[in-house]
Amino acid sequence: MARTLGLLLEAKLITKAFAGVQALKGVSFDLLPGEVHAIVGENGAGKSTLTKIMTGALRCDSGTLVVCGKPVSHNDPATARLLGIAAIYQQPELFPHLTVSENIALSLEAGGFFKRINWKNRSQRAVDLLGRVGASIDPERPVSSLSMPEQQLVEIAKAIGTDAKVLIMDEPTASLSAHEVESLFAVIRRLRAGGAGIIYISHRLEEVLSIADRITVLRDGQTIATRQRDEVNQPQLISMMVGRELTLLFPKRSVSTGAVALELWNIGNHARGLHDISISVRSGEILGIAGLVGSGRTELAETIFGLTPADSGEIRLRGSPVRISAPSDAIRLRMGYVPEDRRQHGVILDKPITVNTSLTSLKGISRGGIIKPAQERDLAERYVAQLAVKTPSIYANLETLSGGNQQKVALARWLAIDPSVLILDEPTQGVDIGSKSEIHRIMIELAERGVAIIMISSELSEILGLSDRIAVMHRGTIAGIMSTEQASQEDVLSLASVGEPYDRPRKPIAQ
Amino acid sequence: MNFKNHRSEVSVAIAIAALSLVMVFAAPAFFTSENLSDLFLANIPVLVVAVGMTLVILAGEIDISVGSIFAICSVAAGVLAKAGLPPQIALVAACSFGAGLGSINGALVAYARIPSIVVTLASMVALRDALRWETQGAWVEDLPGAFQWFGLSQAAYPALSSAAVALLVIVCAWALRNLAAGRAVYATGSNREGARLAGIDTSLVTFSVFALAGMLTGFAAVLNSVRFNQIPSNTGIGLELKVIAAVIVGGASITGGVGTIPGTVLGVILLGMIGPALTFLGVSAYWEKAIQGGIILTAIILDVVRVRSEKQYGASAGIRA
Repeated sequence: MARTLGLLLEAKLITKAFAGVQALKGVSFDLLPGEVHAIVGENGAGKSTLTKIMTGALRCDSGTLVVCGKPVSHNDPATARLLGIAAIYQQPELFPHLTVSENIALSLEAGGFFKRINWKNRSQRAVDLLGRVGASIDPERPVSSLSMPEQQLVEIAKAIGTDAKVLIMDEPTASLSAHEVESLFAVIRRLRAGGAGIIYISHRLEEVLSIADRITVLRDGQTIATRQRDEVNQPQLISMMVGRELTLLFPKRSVSTGAVALELWNIGNHARGLHDISISVRSGEILGIAGLVGSGRTELAETIFGLTPADSGEIRLRGSPVRISAPSDAIRLRMGYVPEDRRQHGVILDKPITVNTSLTSLKGISRGGIIKPAQERDLAERYVAQLAVKTPSIYANLETLSGGNQQKVALARWLAIDPSVLILDEPTQGVDIGSKSEIHRIMIELAERGVAIIMISSELSEILGLSDRIAVMHRGTIAGIMSTEQASQEDVLSLASVGEPYDRPRKPIAQ
Repeated sequence: MNFKNHRSEVSVAIAIAALSLVMVFAAPAFFTSENLSDLFLANIPVLVVAVGMTLVILAGEIDISVGSIFAICSVAAGVLAKAGLPPQIALVAACSFGAGLGSINGALVAYARIPSIVVTLASMVALRDALRWETQGAWVEDLPGAFQWFGLSQAAYPALSSAAVALLVIVCAWALRNLAAGRAVYATGSNREGARLAGIDTSLVTFSVFALAGMLTGFAAVLNSVRFNQIPSNTGIGLELKVIAAVIVGGASITGGVGTIPGTVLGVILLGMIGPALTFLGVSAYWEKAIQGGIILTAIILDVVRVRSEKQYGASAGIRA
């Protein structure tokens, strides 16, 4: 293969400190042409810092970066682009009001302000590039109308268009469903076959093990090991990442579920594309909701919680019908909702932990509308301790915490209302593995205390490992509900992707 | 008091101190009691409107119609006073009028979901022209003596009005820090969707800040009108800019969620001092606007630099709202 060409990229003994905190303590990393080299590590291990140094977004304090045999003394984003380094982040960074072809053109078309646009070429090139990543997206659609996975494909198309030799993918599958992950992997394999080097960063170790050729583990700003894929397995990776063996990712628990807490009867929401949804969850139970992105899982959560109230059907809480037409109604009924997009909706980033934890329970910590600072402080301290939130102070702004700790604070504000029903949408998305198992432990503790939990997750292992029962959504309704003992990965996948159980012979598609 | 958490307030205070120091040496006449009292009385209405504007900006909105609301309320108060009603009634009427007009803005922004810049731009023009048409440009003249200085002696009025405004400022500052409602304003301005998800009625918050801003503008209109014996129908033109500038200079973020009432007070003091200070220093009054603009630009640049450096170094603790 193309390996004789030598290293595409080599980073030697890179160090970087932020305001006295040593984020990278001499990390070395290299990338061959035609390989997928994964970087794994907990949040704070230094993965993002390292990639930012490669893309020129940050400058290293010491160490050298060599691209295609040439040392890069002064790296900045423009230089990195000229060197053929492109990055694709978890959140696509596109211009929402421009069309797909315009977005692609913006990064590719050089020339002055007064150069005439060749519209035909522009859309033809978009079609070509999208074709190379295997995406059938109309290039004239505005990006704002695309789903998250579609936007990601546009990002990849953009990167391919610049003839990037080094492609950095940071958590590219975070918002993709299993099917979409497979098609992304097909794209990655195609790029690899074309001689590109791909740096793949992910928390999902199964994915890393299935796509990577080599894997580098970072911990606390140091390179712990670089291994060929066949030399390591998942438990070994986890232990290298955390520095200790994690015996069980999903602790099993005895199921002792109580009375029915929440029931939905034929719930529909025309505007959000939901219809005929009937599910129930008992107190002490974790109901997992699986389904592809776009199957209506988040829409269902937002309908239950009153963000977009249902327009048909009935919701019952402990047997009696309730009306939920706004989140405040749901909160009064002691329901909580941790949304998928933590940074946008789950927490207020520019406010401290105190303000974030007390936001749902302001009535509880105030008298006559006057907030009692001591009670607010106690509340924050209690949950910081209980959920083991790592923070210098309860007055630290949320933007200074890691993703896992932000998520714990997002959870804390709902624990503060002593919830009877808790809806968690992708509770561990983009969260490091240590925080992830802590969040799982918290969920199990809550269930044992009698909270009814509805957990939406794109991660099959999480769905199968934590849920008591699993409801699978397909095209805006429930395709099937099963207990976890009966459920297999194949069942869930089949229900989610075709809407039918695994073993049943398929009906003709025409209806 | 943690200076780190109140950096913008501290820097405005330093600017005021520096300007005062210059005036002590360059133009000591600036500190005569007549001049300070004039300055004070002229800026009290600005401060009252600025308190309302702080609420609106904290909630992530903007209200550029306050100048027109101010004019309508001034004229309304004057007309009522001329009709022989006691100043107290004129005050209540002006505040209600302002609250009503603010509520229309608020309802359009909060419930019809029209951007506040559009709504208040429209109401700024519409209200101003409605007033012009109604008055035919005529001033309200020969206000009755009972309306002058709110029926008080010219000596008692400054004390009473400043006590009232001080109380208003303290109550608003306290409420923003300590009331659940104040927290709701900060949360709405910081992250509207997030606040709604946490059960806060963000539409009600938005509506209320506009209604309150309108009411305070009505109050300010009376505080201003009683100083003269006529009310020009073009009063309050440019007030919105003066007020928004004071709020921003006082450390509020134009995107909402960050800012304090003490900051706004300092902003009003700094911007209020500059014009007269220039006059005392013998600089042409035409420079006033340019220098005000320079100060506003400096405030915004400092805010951007602060936000950037916090992002970069992950610096700790912001406001303990």
